[in-house]
Amino acid sequence: MADILAWAGGGFVIIGAALSLLGAIGVLKFPDVYTRIHAASITDTAGASMVLLGLCLIAGLSLTTLKLVFIWMFVMLTTPVSANALANAAFGSGHKPRIGAFQIMRTDERRKTPRGVDAP
Amino acid sequence: MITLPASINASLVLDIVLLVMLLVVAGAIVRTRSLLAAIILFGVYSMISAIWLVVMDAPDVAFTEAVVGAGISTIVLLGAILLTRGETEKSDWRKLIAPALICAAVGGVLIYAAMGLPDLGDASSPANAHVGRAYLEGTAKDIGVPNMVTAVLASYRGLDTLGETAVIFAAGIGVALMLGFGPRSSLASPPSNLGDRHVTLRVAAKLLIPLIALFALYVQFHGDLGAGGGFQAGVIMAAAITLHALVFGLRETMAAIPSRVARSVASLGVLIYAGVGVVCMINGGGFLDYDYLFPPAVEAQIPGWILGDGSHAPHWGQHAGILLIEIGVLLTVTATMVTVFYGFAGRTVDDARREAKR
Amino acid sequence: MSFFAMHFNYIVVVILLMAGLFLVFSSGNLIKRMIGLAMFQSSAALFFISLGKVSGGTAAIAVAPGSTEARALASQLDPAYVAQVGVEGVVYSNPLPHALILTAIVVGVATLAVGLAIAVRIREAFGSVEAKDIDVLSRVEATQPGPQA
Repeated sequence: MADILAWAGGGFVIIGAALSLLGAIGVLKFPDVYTRIHAASITDTAGASMVLLGLCLIAGLSLTTLKLVFIWMFVMLTTPVSANALANAAFGSGHKPRIGAFQIMRTDERRKTPRGVDAP
Repeated sequence: MITLPASINASLVLDIVLLVMLLVVAGAIVRTRSLLAAIILFGVYSMISAIWLVVMDAPDVAFTEAVVGAGISTIVLLGAILLTRGETEKSDWRKLIAPALICAAVGGVLIYAAMGLPDLGDASSPANAHVGRAYLEGTAKDIGVPNMVTAVLASYRGLDTLGETAVIFAAGIGVALMLGFGPRSSLASPPSNLGDRHVTLRVAAKLLIPLIALFALYVQFHGDLGAGGGFQAGVIMAAAITLHALVFGLRETMAAIPSRVARSVASLGVLIYAGVGVVCMINGGGFLDYDYLFPPAVEAQIPGWILGDGSHAPHWGQHAGILLIEIGVLLTVTATMVTVFYGFAGRTVDDARREAKR
Repeated sequence: MSFFAMHFNYIVVVILLMAGLFLVFSSGNLIKRMIGLAMFQSSAALFFISLGKVSGGTAAIAVAPGSTEARALASQLDPAYVAQVGVEGVVYSNPLPHALILTAIVVGVATLAVGLAIAVRIREAFGSVEAKDIDVLSRVEATQPGPQA
């Protein structure tokens, strides 16, 4: 039984790592400040939750699991709030969301875009 | 076929991967011209260092590096570029040749010297086989706290730590003298309609700040039993106070913790630390020799069952001494970080008002 | 090859040291120089901690036999090792470098704050934090005493 839990825990940790990697790719590839914030925060919340769930399964029923649950609650509280604060700051400094049909830019297109309000 | 020796294991692989990431981030810091990017990258560098420190079996140091690197250091650097400039000027590549050559030459000599250092993880290296080993074996007999890093920091090397605490205090005084003790006259009150945009942040901060302060106290008092101690707790408490100032405005925070209170608490911390040493000297021992903290008559009165283990001699002096000096360190570190923050933040407000008057 | 792996830490330390030093030498901006100095301090911390690592070791917190930590540790260690030595014989990493570096990190950030405070005052006195501007301006001011004198 403990073996199955350990394997399942490991699987969840790998899923969490993959989600965090997707978040990082999203931050690099998305064209707009707001979509980048979305990518970073969504996948960090989900990625961190998966990793913590996996670690809870590996640790079994013990004090470590309780501490991991507290860490999860803390992450759930802070990550969305910081994403909100970031989006607020971006809005307050004048970044307008890009609306309308556009595609994820390829690298050569990114360079040709004039340095407008979305410049990093 | 390359046969790997048995000592190459998961820990070493993690170590190498994390160090490569550190190198990449360091390269990015050197190359970027925007100071804001350099500061954020430096925060990332500190975070990766913190993970690496956990892999290297140093949870106390990882704690400190995480809070200091991602918290205080970033705030202070951001305050500095707010008051100066956000970008460096483009430098001529020809001017970079001489420094690059010097650094390459010195680096080459150092790498040649580093080849003679012992292997990573060698238990019989001079660093690990003599003094370190003596501390590991002696802590249970001499001091009786489970956390051997705290035992070394607070008891075996207590005088060093007193010096470091005094340096932190002096640095706080230095910053306060140069940047001011916070805004002199009363700050303009925050606009009454803060707007609903920031309500999420305010509510979350109200939930988090007491929890962070509680966690700081937990880290402080569990420094004997697990990873933790006065330095980590001081920086975490200062992070809670800084968070309050960032969300609710400097005026609210300075109303709660005026700058003269911060200064007095900082000096009180150093006073407590040195005072413990003097009390030990009065009772007949050396400076900071905690075995002499209580006079023998007092120590005989303390019942042995309080600590729960009657099998070996209770180290009352050591436990009490470590507790007191860690409190001193907590007070000094917290108050110094708060003073530094007030210095940088207060300057901005002063400048802004002076600009507005012109 | 394993020699390189075992000494990789020290090579990285030297590279980071030189990167910090390069920033201090070559960057004109005072703030960037302070960041370089902070990188220099951090790589010195890396060096100390690398020296203190003992392979197969754990954090230098005494494991009470029979506690949850002991059980967790026993499950990670090689069963043959545990059978031979027991959890009481657990290997710890050297605590001395950890204690030294812990205080050094906090002192490092305090002195970083002092350096940045000086940079802020220089900006207010001379109007710039670029080294070449300050050089020129301080020489100009030396010949004619400015209004702040």
